[in-house]
Amino acid sequence: MRDKILYVLGALAVLVLARNLYVIAGLPQEAAQGAIFKIIFFHVPAAWTAIVAAITALTMSVQFLRTKDFKYDAAAVAVTEVGLAFLAANLVTGSIWARVIWGIWWTWDVRLTSALVCWLLYAGYLMLRHAIEEPTQRATFAAVFSILAFLDVPIVYFSIRWFRTQHPAPVFLSSNGSFPADWTRVLLSNWLGLLLLAIVMTAIRLRQEESQREIDSLRRAAHAM
Amino acid sequence: MSFARLVLVVMAKDLRAELRTKEALNASLAFAVVILVLLSFVIESDDVPQKALGNLLWLVFAFAGTLVLNRSFAREVPNDCLDALVAAPISGAALFLGKALASFLLVLAMELVALPVFGIFYNVRWAQQFWPLMLVTVLGTWGVTVIGTVFSALTVNIRLREVMLPMLTYPMLLPALLGAMELTGDLVTGTPIGPDTVTWLKLLVGFDVLFTAASVTLIEFILVG
Repeated sequence: MRDKILYVLGALAVLVLARNLYVIAGLPQEAAQGAIFKIIFFHVPAAWTAIVAAITALTMSVQFLRTKDFKYDAAAVAVTEVGLAFLAANLVTGSIWARVIWGIWWTWDVRLTSALVCWLLYAGYLMLRHAIEEPTQRATFAAVFSILAFLDVPIVYFSIRWFRTQHPAPVFLSSNGSFPADWTRVLLSNWLGLLLLAIVMTAIRLRQEESQREIDSLRRAAHAM
Repeated sequence: MSFARLVLVVMAKDLRAELRTKEALNASLAFAVVILVLLSFVIESDDVPQKALGNLLWLVFAFAGTLVLNRSFAREVPNDCLDALVAAPISGAALFLGKALASFLLVLAMELVALPVFGIFYNVRWAQQFWPLMLVTVLGTWGVTVIGTVFSALTVNIRLREVMLPMLTYPMLLPALLGAMELTGDLVTGTPIGPDTVTWLKLLVGFDVLFTAASVTLIEFILVG
């Protein structure tokens, strides 16, 4: 049953993304920036997906500390890994855009720097997990780290914001935005596609995590014999 | 015993253990001087603004401070002292705060030696704003120590402890280091804390309060599970 749901969701994600690619290709070029502007349809939703992943990881980590149920730990690691992949996609698409528009691959602007620091923080989460052998300790320590990392994200953002800024002002959810309404629809629909993709990826990763735990317990049982 | 007294007992124990061997303190001091010397090859004092030198000082503090923080919980591993401490009738919060205070005093001692050395090597008249500088040093060092002590507890049992601690600590510390750098850069050049820089002071205080509270709340999970 779970397999079938996964296949359906996966197929749906592919369909939505394929349709959006077609729609995005058909949109007119932006007046000042040309075709490269269209990268925003992947750049921004990837960041939003990563944020959703970070919030989910926080919730799962808190739940694990409360209940000590390993399914929350598995969910936390699965969603963090997928979120990290989406944040990487966000950084890479941003970098490609910057090369064309700003003429440089990277600049130490507030959003770029804070996104990179977040990436490093959550990469640290995965490294910490790899370094701890004992499952209960790994799950507990990782959960504590995840909570501290999440607390740090807004402070990182605001501290770097006071430090400097170069990133174009966000055109969504702000009063100075000038993003056409039908383009917003395309963007939101692409976010839906990426979110579906993220859910499918998380579910696959979650299953790997469960198999891993089963293998570990079988191995322990074999050792005990 | 009251909570404050328990904290002081743990702190006194850690300080006594450290001052008998001086292993972490000596290593950290020597390392601070080594970095100060190495930095002199990167920057020629004449053409680098003095403000930037003040910023570099915090890199020295953070790098050298890690050597002290690495030892904070690692010291308790031989002879299973950590198990004894956890089994002792004191709360995790008291244990954590005692250890953090001891590390704080040791890191501060290293910094107070490194500061004049820095002044001599780079011809900086660093004491012009002495008391504000001390305030910033204390606040910045507490931020470094709180995060460092939590992560010292997180990494105590794991492989590659010495590698993991800096990898986890520095991205998390970024806001505190940024604030301390900005303020110290101004203060060592004789510029007092003004209306534009007081934000950084607030950031430092906020960072310290938030992460002290979070650490005290979460430490029980790390120590006991």
